[in-house]
Amino acid sequence: MASRIRIRAQLKGDACEVKALMRHPMETGLRKDQLGEAIPARFITAVTVTHNDKIVLDAFWGAAVSANPFLGMRFKGGSVGDVVKVSWLDNQGDTGEGETQIR
Amino acid sequence: MISRCAAMLSSLLLLLAPLWSWAQQDGIFDEYRAMFGDDNPAVFVIDEGEELWFNEAGPKSMTLEGCDLGLGAGVVEGAYAQLPRYFADTDRVQDIESRLEHCMIELQGKTREEIHAKPYSLRGDLGTEMEALVAWLAEQSRGLAIAPGQAHPSERSSYELGEQLFYFRAGPHDFSCATCHGQSGKRIRLQSLPDLTAHEGAADAYSSWPAYRISQGIVRTMGWRMRDCFRQQRMPELIMGSEAAVALQTYLAVNAAGATMAAPGLKR
Amino acid sequence: MSSRQSAGVSRRAVLHMGSLLALVSALPGRLWASVARPQSAFEATAVEGVFADLGVTPQRSDAIIFSVPDIAENGAVVPVKIEVDDEMLPGVSKVYVIVEKNPNPLAAVFAIPEGTQPYVETRVKVAQTCELFAVAEAEGQLYMASKETKVTLGGCGG
Repeated sequence: MASRIRIRAQLKGDACEVKALMRHPMETGLRKDQLGEAIPARFITAVTVTHNDKIVLDAFWGAAVSANPFLGMRFKGGSVGDVVKVSWLDNQGDTGEGETQIR
Repeated sequence: MISRCAAMLSSLLLLLAPLWSWAQQDGIFDEYRAMFGDDNPAVFVIDEGEELWFNEAGPKSMTLEGCDLGLGAGVVEGAYAQLPRYFADTDRVQDIESRLEHCMIELQGKTREEIHAKPYSLRGDLGTEMEALVAWLAEQSRGLAIAPGQAHPSERSSYELGEQLFYFRAGPHDFSCATCHGQSGKRIRLQSLPDLTAHEGAADAYSSWPAYRISQGIVRTMGWRMRDCFRQQRMPELIMGSEAAVALQTYLAVNAAGATMAAPGLKR
Repeated sequence: MSSRQSAGVSRRAVLHMGSLLALVSALPGRLWASVARPQSAFEATAVEGVFADLGVTPQRSDAIIFSVPDIAENGAVVPVKIEVDDEMLPGVSKVYVIVEKNPNPLAAVFAIPEGTQPYVETRVKVAQTCELFAVAEAEGQLYMASKETKVTLGGCGG
């Protein structure tokens, strides 16, 4: 199964910069398909970023976050090799997870 | 025919091109495009395309690894950049989509009907197999020179047919491709219209498709882009992999020849 | 792209966030931080409603560096970047992204724990040309910066 989250975590000065791209349609529920049928809402409602299992960001999203969403953040500290994880939960109960090591 | 001398210069230009590949832009969207950095959701579609290539499918339960895209069975690196070209086994000039269709039918036992039922995504779709495969294959040609075949008489005929179709006015608006893309310095709303009859414009266009289209959240192919132009011109449907579709791609690819592939790109 | 400074606004901030029950929901094998999703703020259909739900209209602050492109090639994906100068405004614990003319203006909320920089980047849908707001919560007060982005419709359209 292809990865649903692409994460990069890089040390920049005394902080670690995390950039994550997530595979998700972020469907608002307001669009109609080619046949005029409403496309059901399906969007990420919560995202968590952890560093060595400590939460460094909690985000709550609405359907207005763009499809295949991008998230950038920075936390202090972090060393090369530390594990950064990103996980998400959507309104239909689906989840996604990914991890990387700090460079 | 466009001077090939300009090809060298253009390929240098495109080596320096950012993720966004419209070199002719006024700059109005520079700030917007710069904010995207290197993060192109096409990466997911590329992975999906690679999985599909190696996936057993169809009644014959076969992968596409035996597919010859012009460089030998299973050779994918550089294959996209040398299309369209003549294939002896089908005795026709083929582009990426018609060649993939051929392989799906021959190797996997899929039918033409099922492949053509929905080759391109419709609103609400998250991408088709064809779009994912083309995204991955284009990535396998990234950085390589566009070099469609023109040695075979059929390849040259395809170019000539493509040129004729390019200038052919039809439909209720009496449009041809040339109406919008036959000269430089024009735009529709805020979108610059590349001159596809000239090397630089053709290179900009051909090197940056397929592309992740942010307005649609999916990867779209060069073939789809031409088909959508036909729709916007109120022309009859441009059938994927048809002689006309291949000829138009040949025309564009030959005009772009020498420039560097930079796909999948990121577009509005 | 820093914010504009305007005349003083009441500093009294009622912490509706704090008055909400801090729900702790479980993600497979994990505990969320004890921060609640401000659901009614997400459901508000106008910026005034979002601010009412947050308790007070935020006061403008130059400490918030809000980057939004002047002109977006497509409204489906508009990159935004919010950074707070933590010397000018320390203790930022939340950042909100609000898009004035969206059906539901509140697009995202970021909860910033100790040790995390007040810095977020994301991409949001912007329905039409309008003002975007970056709101930062610090020490029980709300601050904001705003910027307009023009949304264009490309090419042949349709």
